[in-house]
Order: sequence, then C-alpha cells, then structure tokens
Amino acid sequence: MNGTKPKRVYFYGTCLVDLFFPDAGMAGIQLLRRAGVEVVFPDGQTCCGQPAFNCGYFEEAREVARTQVALFPEDLPVILPSGSCAGMMKVHYPELFHGQPDEAKVRAFSARVYELTQFLVDVLDVKLQDLGEPVKVTWHSSCHAVRDLGLKGEPQALIGQLANVELAPLAREYECCGFGGTFSVRHPEVSGAMVADKIADATATGASVVLSTDGGCLMNVNGALEAKSSKLKVQHIAEFLWERTRAR
Amino acid sequence: MHAENEIHFRDAAAKALQDPQLRANFRRAMDGLITKRKAQFPDPRDLQDLRDLSTAIRSRSLLCLPELLEQLEASCSKNGIKVHWAETCEQANELILGLLQARGAKTMVKGKSMVSEEMHLNAFLEKHGIEALESDLGEYIIQLDGETPSHIIMPAIHKNKDQIARQFSQKIKDAKYTEDVDELTAMARKVLREKFLNADAGLSGVNFAVAETGTLCLVENEGNGRMSTHVPPIHIAVMGLEKVVARLEDVAPLYSILTRSATGQAVSTYFNLITGPRGAEEKDGPQEVHLVILDNGRSRIYADPQLRATLRCIRCGACMNHCPVYTRVGGHAYEAIYPGPIGKILTPQMEGVGVRHDLIHGSSLCGACGEVCPVEIPIPEILVRLRREATHEDLGSKVAGKGTGRTATEDWAWRLWAGVIKRPGLYRVATWFATRFGKALPANAPLIRNWTQSRTKPVPARRSLSERMRAEGVPHE
Repeated sequence: MNGTKPKRVYFYGTCLVDLFFPDAGMAGIQLLRRAGVEVVFPDGQTCCGQPAFNCGYFEEAREVARTQVALFPEDLPVILPSGSCAGMMKVHYPELFHGQPDEAKVRAFSARVYELTQFLVDVLDVKLQDLGEPVKVTWHSSCHAVRDLGLKGEPQALIGQLANVELAPLAREYECCGFGGTFSVRHPEVSGAMVADKIADATATGASVVLSTDGGCLMNVNGALEAKSSKLKVQHIAEFLWERTRAR
Repeated sequence: MHAENEIHFRDAAAKALQDPQLRANFRRAMDGLITKRKAQFPDPRDLQDLRDLSTAIRSRSLLCLPELLEQLEASCSKNGIKVHWAETCEQANELILGLLQARGAKTMVKGKSMVSEEMHLNAFLEKHGIEALESDLGEYIIQLDGETPSHIIMPAIHKNKDQIARQFSQKIKDAKYTEDVDELTAMARKVLREKFLNADAGLSGVNFAVAETGTLCLVENEGNGRMSTHVPPIHIAVMGLEKVVARLEDVAPLYSILTRSATGQAVSTYFNLITGPRGAEEKDGPQEVHLVILDNGRSRIYADPQLRATLRCIRCGACMNHCPVYTRVGGHAYEAIYPGPIGKILTPQMEGVGVRHDLIHGSSLCGACGEVCPVEIPIPEILVRLRREATHEDLGSKVAGKGTGRTATEDWAWRLWAGVIKRPGLYRVATWFATRFGKALPANAPLIRNWTQSRTKPVPARRSLSERMRAEGVPHE
C-alpha cells in the first residue's frame, strides 16, 4: 500500500455480525465508503473457522478457512468488524496452515487483514464529526482484539473524536467478559460469573451504552443485561460511530 | 467415549462459585498482587527486555537440558551434594524415606516445595511414622487443616485473617483467640522455632539449580527456608528436572523477574545460595546435603518441541493472579497440584489429556496468562494444542492420554459444522432458516440451556448482512 491510502478494500462480515449484528456490518461499510474507499463484499462469506480451531479441530477449520481465503484474491486490505475474527485470520491462520502446501498463499492473505477501527485510525486516519446528543458510554476491549491483534487504543481514539460522547472506562477494562466461544456453554457457570461481573462493572460506570468491536462479547454482554432487564444497552462500535456522524 | 475417571472441572468450579467468602478472598488477594506487580514494571519496554532475556535463558537451558543435568550432577558432587535421580514420584518418595530411615530420622521440617506436593511426600512419610512439618507460614496454616495449597506461591490465600484466627485458636495448643496478624504469626513462629531446633532433617525445594557451580538457589520471605536447610543435620532438596540453568549469571535476571512477577517485590527477604554441606572449619550448616531430581512426566513434555515451552515456567504464579477463571474459583477447584493457567497446561500433560479434558476447555482463551508470563509461555496456544491432542490420537505426538477425550458426538458436530460452513449455498440456506425461525428455538434445548442460565437467548436479525448486501447491490466478486 506504500503509505498511500487504498482506494478499494474487501469487507469480511464475520458470521456473528452476519447473523446477529448486520447493522454493524452495514455501518462499517458506510464508514469506509465515507472515507473515500470502495468496498467490495465478496459473496460466499461464512465463518473464519475459529470455533473449530479453538477446539483443536484443525482439519475442519482449514477446510473452512480455505474457502474463505479464496474469496479475496486481489491484493486489497481485508477489513473485519471483529477483533477476534481478525485475530484468527491474521495471527492464527499462519499457525493453522503451517507446513501446508498453500501456506504462502494464506500468509499473504493474513498480512492484508485489519480490524475495522484499526484500519480507520491507522491507515485511513479518519476524522469524525459528532452530530449526536450528549451521551455517556463505556468501552469493553475484547481480549483477542488487544492480545492477539495488538489493538493500541484505536477504538477509544475514535470515540474520543466525538465531542458529545463521554467515555467512562470500566474498572476492569482488560478482563475477559466470559464469552470464549464454546467456553460459554462448556463452562456456563464460570462464564456466567464472569459476564455477571462485567455487566456490574459496566452498570457502575453510569454509561447508557456498552461498546465493543466483537460480536461474541456483544452477544454475551447483551444476553446477560437482558436477562437482568437492565436499561443498559450494547452496541457495536461501527454502528455507534455511524449513527452519530451520518448526515441526516 | 469419555476418558475413564475424567475429572470434571466444571462441577468443582460451579461449587466454588457458590462460596461468596472464597470468591471475595481470592478477588481481593489477586487484585493486590496485580497492583503490586504492575508497580514493579513501570516501563513496558524494560519489562519486555527482561522478559526477552529471561525467556532466552530458560529456552537455552532447556535446549541443552541433558548436558546441563549431567554437569549439575558433577558440580554438585564436587561440592559434596549427593545427587539422586527419580523417574516417578514413588521412586522419589522411597529415596527420601531411605535417606531418613538410614539416619534414624523421625521428624523433618520443610521449606516450601511444590514438587514435594506433587509427590504427596508428607502423607507418604506419615504412613512410615515420620513427621513432616511445613514451616512456610501459609503451608503451616493449610497443613493444620489437612488442606492442599490453593496457590503455588501463597498456599493459604483462600483463607482470610478471621478464618485463620479461628483455626489457630482451635488447633494450636494453649493458643488464645486473636485476629491480630502479628500475634498470629508469633504463635506459628513459636511452634516452628521449636521444631527447627529439634528436627532430624530438613527439606526444601529449588528455584534454580546452577550447572556450572553446583549451586541450589532458594527464594523465600520468611527465613524458614534458611532454617530448614541450615539447622537440621541433613538437608534434602527436591526439584523438577527442568529447574537447571547453565551459569550463575543466568540467575540474576530470573530472580529479578520471579520476585517482581510473583509478589511484586523487587527482592525477596531471603535468597539462599546453597553450595554444599558444612565445611570442616565451619560451625553451622547441615552435615549432608542431598538433591533429588524428579522427572514425573517432564522428559515426555521435553521431547515435544512445542510443549517444551511448558518447562520454561519459573513458578511465579502471575498467570493465576491474572486469570479471570482462577480469580473466581480459586485453586482447589482445579483438583490438581498446580492450579490456574500453568496448571491447566501442566496437569493434563502429566495426568493425561483425556482425564483432564474438561479442564483443558475451562478457559476462554482470553490470553491474560500469556501476556504476563515472565518467560512468555504461550499458554493459550498450548491449551489449543492439548484440546487437539485430547480428541486426536493420530498426530504422532507422545502426549499422555492422547485421543482419549474423543467423543463421537463432538466429532460429528464439527464435521457437520464444517460441512455447512464450507459450502456457501448450504450456509445461505442455514442462515435463511435461522433468521426466519431462530426465535422459535426453545431456550432449554441442549447447549442453548447452558447459555440461557445467565443470559437471554440470542435472536438472529431478520435479514443477514449477506442478504442485505445482495439486495443493495454492493459490488460482489
């Protein structure tokens, strides 16, 4: 990309956004378009294969990963509205394909993968203008976005650009929300205790919205909040940013 | 098929979660340790430099482990330390019993040693009429109650001051009830001083053993380590075979990162460098020093290039202090000698991945452990590898119990999953059904029921993103 801003990018929706948070996917695409980037959304997207990979079913994960990599043949950035799935494609695909005949091809693909906020800040350097009402939000930094992918405050930087948004940090911002994919159903008690603490922490901030960049965390935190009939809502950061900055 | 005798972490964890006192004790203690560690590493670059160096030292030591162990034996022998080798815990126990019986020893004081916990040494000696008394304050507290350590550095961390006060007043002879920490410590000290002076033997662990010089390094805060290794006429040290480092200069960085990672101390109160028994001209020190080097599955772990990283561990406990699971359930729920993240990768490799299949999955793979590990053990990666080993027996590895966690149901589920996910046409049909009828799935269906015990059922959107993109005509390729 040689330092110049790319004109075209691929968008990878991820299965959870596809099925549970399509508005977040649409918002991510709009944010990219507004920054002057043409967005290509290849048909045939399913899942990055992380669930099988994390459980040790590498052959199954590889079969799936191969079909997904094949959808992105051009040398364009691949943008994901999820830290966990981006971490899978960027960091774990090279491990998964280690020693496989198509390792080089997969590595080249992995090198092009970005999480959405990472791309908006680090590559596109977007500037946002807040058009929304004053609101207090809190931010849940998903573990894989920070620890696998190495996000360094890009989402918080974007939120910080919004004049009418107050960001109230969680007391334990870097603690896992308890989702962990199959962990949430294999160890429902521990997972449940973790998410209970997370929503208590979020509630104590006095925010009205919990933002995150990860479908898994959002689904988990949202489910726990709903079960407690909490007034606190969750929202994907892409959707939040788009709603507050789009011309009406 | 499930492995026979599979130990279910889920059940023990669920039980621990029901104990608010336990949870409060752990949360408070772990928060304190996290804060203290953080204060020791104000500059992330300095921390990373020290981690790089420590990782390199431990990796280099393991790379030439057999040679270093031979060198250690030779150096120790030169110093008058007798080296013994034990492949199993049973052998190590018999060895120590033999040493004690040959000298007519009836009582032994112990400095803290996780390897001796691994061997269940105390119970073994007790069966043979030898009293083994723990002299580390935390170990002493749990020994009074017949408990096992709940943390590798702070064995009694599951108890608070009030619980210990009650326990002391009941279990220590002539003790009055007090909640004053200094008074409680003084009570234990009085008992222990007596034992140190009269014990026939002393036992300790080893933090680092230096091959070049035959030096046994012992890190401690209470002086009980020095008393146990110095006062009785015979000192027996036990160590896992991975504890060796090449040179004395390797010790300084490891020591520094150990105490800072473990308890947030720049230095420990005591640091013992043991180089042999009492010399002819010396007035104190033991007359004999023995070193028992234990394998217990370690050489099998060593043989695997990826899993070998497990043996880099310097037992600081930072991984458990930072683990969101450990913090909530405590150490006993793991039903293992080594709890927390390091235990989650070590225990299954020692006992078998099938027997411990549930434990291997008792992690959200959040990565907090790997992030703080002073020797950069990729714990989440190893957990995934062990999950794989548990359900696949044909990977060509030597992992204990490989394939014994395999079930037809899980195999079938992943095959079905891949069969759908790799076929976009099928996936499209599946998501179409999910978006139209997902709401109708009963909240008490298997697996969904596990989810809904703390959350509402996730409801798919009415139209998937792909469906909307197709409708809106975003360029497809």
